Amino acid sequence: MQPKQSQNPNSRLVVKLVGVVFGMFAFGFALVPLYDVFCDITGINGKTNETAVTYSAPEVDTSRMITVQFITKTTAGMPWKFEARTETVKVHPGELNTVEFYVRNPAIRDIVGQAIPSVSPGTAALYLNKTECFCFNNQPLPSGQEAVMPMQFYVDPQLPEDINFFTVQYTLYDITGTSADVTTESAE
Amino acid sequence: MSSATETLKHDAHDDHHHGPAKGIKRWLLTTNHKDIGTLYLWFSFIMFLTGGAMAMVIRAELFQPGLQIVDPQFFNQMTTVHGLIMVFGAVMPAFTGLANWLIPMMIGAPDMALPRMNNWSFWILPFAFLILLSSLFVEGGGPAFGWTFYAPLSTTYSGDSTALFVFSVHIMGISSIMGAINVIVTIWNMRAPGMTWMKMPMFVWTWLITAFLLIAVMPVLAGVVTMVLTDKYFGTSFFNAAGGGDPVMFQHIFWFFGHPEVYIMILPAFGIISHIIPTFARKPLFGYASMVYATASIALLSFIVWAHHMFTTGMPVAAEMFFMFATMLISVPTGVKVFNWVATMWRGAMTFEIPMLFAIAFVILFTIGGLSGLMLAITPVDFQYHDTYFVVAHFHYVLVTGAVFSIMAAAYYWLPKWTGVMFDITLAKWHFWASLISVNVLFFPMHFVGLAGMPRRIPDYALQFADFNKWISIGGFAFGLSQLIFLALLIKACRKQGEPVSDQVWDGAEGLEWEIPSPAPYHTFDTPPVVK
Repeated sequence: MQPKQSQNPNSRLVVKLVGVVFGMFAFGFALVPLYDVFCDITGINGKTNETAVTYSAPEVDTSRMITVQFITKTTAGMPWKFEARTETVKVHPGELNTVEFYVRNPAIRDIVGQAIPSVSPGTAALYLNKTECFCFNNQPLPSGQEAVMPMQFYVDPQLPEDINFFTVQYTLYDITGTSADVTTESAE
Repeated sequence: MSSATETLKHDAHDDHHHGPAKGIKRWLLTTNHKDIGTLYLWFSFIMFLTGGAMAMVIRAELFQPGLQIVDPQFFNQMTTVHGLIMVFGAVMPAFTGLANWLIPMMIGAPDMALPRMNNWSFWILPFAFLILLSSLFVEGGGPAFGWTFYAPLSTTYSGDSTALFVFSVHIMGISSIMGAINVIVTIWNMRAPGMTWMKMPMFVWTWLITAFLLIAVMPVLAGVVTMVLTDKYFGTSFFNAAGGGDPVMFQHIFWFFGHPEVYIMILPAFGIISHIIPTFARKPLFGYASMVYATASIALLSFIVWAHHMFTTGMPVAAEMFFMFATMLISVPTGVKVFNWVATMWRGAMTFEIPMLFAIAFVILFTIGGLSGLMLAITPVDFQYHDTYFVVAHFHYVLVTGAVFSIMAAAYYWLPKWTGVMFDITLAKWHFWASLISVNVLFFPMHFVGLAGMPRRIPDYALQFADFNKWISIGGFAFGLSQLIFLALLIKACRKQGEPVSDQVWDGAEGLEWEIPSPAPYHTFDTPPVVK
């Protein structure tokens, strides 16, 4: 009986259609890496480089002056005080700059923070090259402690002509005890 | 041994000529496409009344400015569950029910291709909605994040009932996928000899294309609810920026499902209207082939327009332009359809029986909904319309006076064939005119308050919107009550109270389903008809 089953045109079509269903289920998940790759190439979701780049010392374009604004934000449940020491900085494309951020943990518990950058307009993200950033790692801060976190960057001289101003926002998350929190895991 | 053979013979004999089994077992164990169609249709009507009752709660709260009847958290649960029930519980099962009843009769097949799976795909649905409705009684309340369950509302800020929501959506999805596979296999393999692709009735064509949309996007919905589940309960970070995810990605994946989904809810309606208008205009459908190609074009275009739901998320201008023009392009095949319906009516010998009244109302009111959709597609103005009552007006015009009116038109058109008696025409006229007037009182002023800036999904509003909202609520209550007339009419018709009808029922009706007796016998087309 079994071999005959596969001869049945209904069964053959059902098998194909079920294949489509599983294929589309997998495609739904495949959208996740595809989305990341697409955004990486085009830079349209405002994500910046996640590991440090080396400063290639490109020719500084002194004819252009770019204003970079820094804003900070903490998510709900994150008690840290978090602010940019420098709110705006005017830079020439190609020159290396350093800005500082200040954090203090006023809570009575130790907290591990993670800052996530976002650039607006999103297309500028591709041209913001960070050689050093506190956002590359998570930041453990004991109760009552404060810290100054540096961020070093340069703007790619290829930055499109129509962008003369962009904003970098850091959102600070409390990741204590979550899977992203490597410090707690290694401590155990 | 001999008695066993006797029983076997008896069973085999029964298999060919038996009518329905008696009692509850008939409905629980049935594999008959007509029984399952009836189950789907009654289930969807009960869900329509349930979701409607929630809409009444919403409209009662919005009758006056200020918070008076329910608390905001419960209001949010009502908007969420109203949407979920109407989309997955009322409109989609109603179309599946119509597909079950009509597709085998229209293509000359004895039943659906996979009758046992058919039974399963219906009977898991009541459990899905039982789970969803029971989530309202969980501590902390039911889902309150809107039917679109955007992350992080559904991941970080949702209640404990989210798991119930996710599982019920999974079950609904499995049910629709099984129904869709059944429709495709039936149409592919079981058409009567001589019924070539381009001789298929429009309802069969539109459902075939809908079924392909269903198997393409329901698995993506299953994927995205699974990601919500693991983000909320198992520490993954699909949509959590702190863990490297992106909440905007939720919207991309959701609307990759969500936009084809809105065509899933309207393409079978196009099929229904393409049957009713030719019947009562007594002319063949104008531009049959263009109707088929238009339906297929709409289905294909539906995959490349999803981000028009997300214009305000901060996309690059180039992407906004692409999605704007792609969306506006859909109005071309849709316009082809509307003009074909009008051309079918042009110089036809028109009569205005109840199904035709609903069909004409559909053409006019769906077009209003389509045009407001075209306005929403224009990126710069969408920034003003986004998340206002203008959007609510738009999708209720296409879904209530579009999809729901087409389902009612279909019910009136084929009900005499199903029951063998003409429904109560006086009640039907009351139902039509009461629904038509109240639905416009209900949804038309929403355009105005939306353009003036009233946000959707909020239980309170600024004083300047008070007058319009009073009228909207009155229209809402009247529309809700009008559906009780329909309920009474359906109960009367199912009890076979009414004049017996002829096999053809309607003077100008054409198609295989009108060549079999009325009421349609339990088994039809045991030997396939030959289509010339």
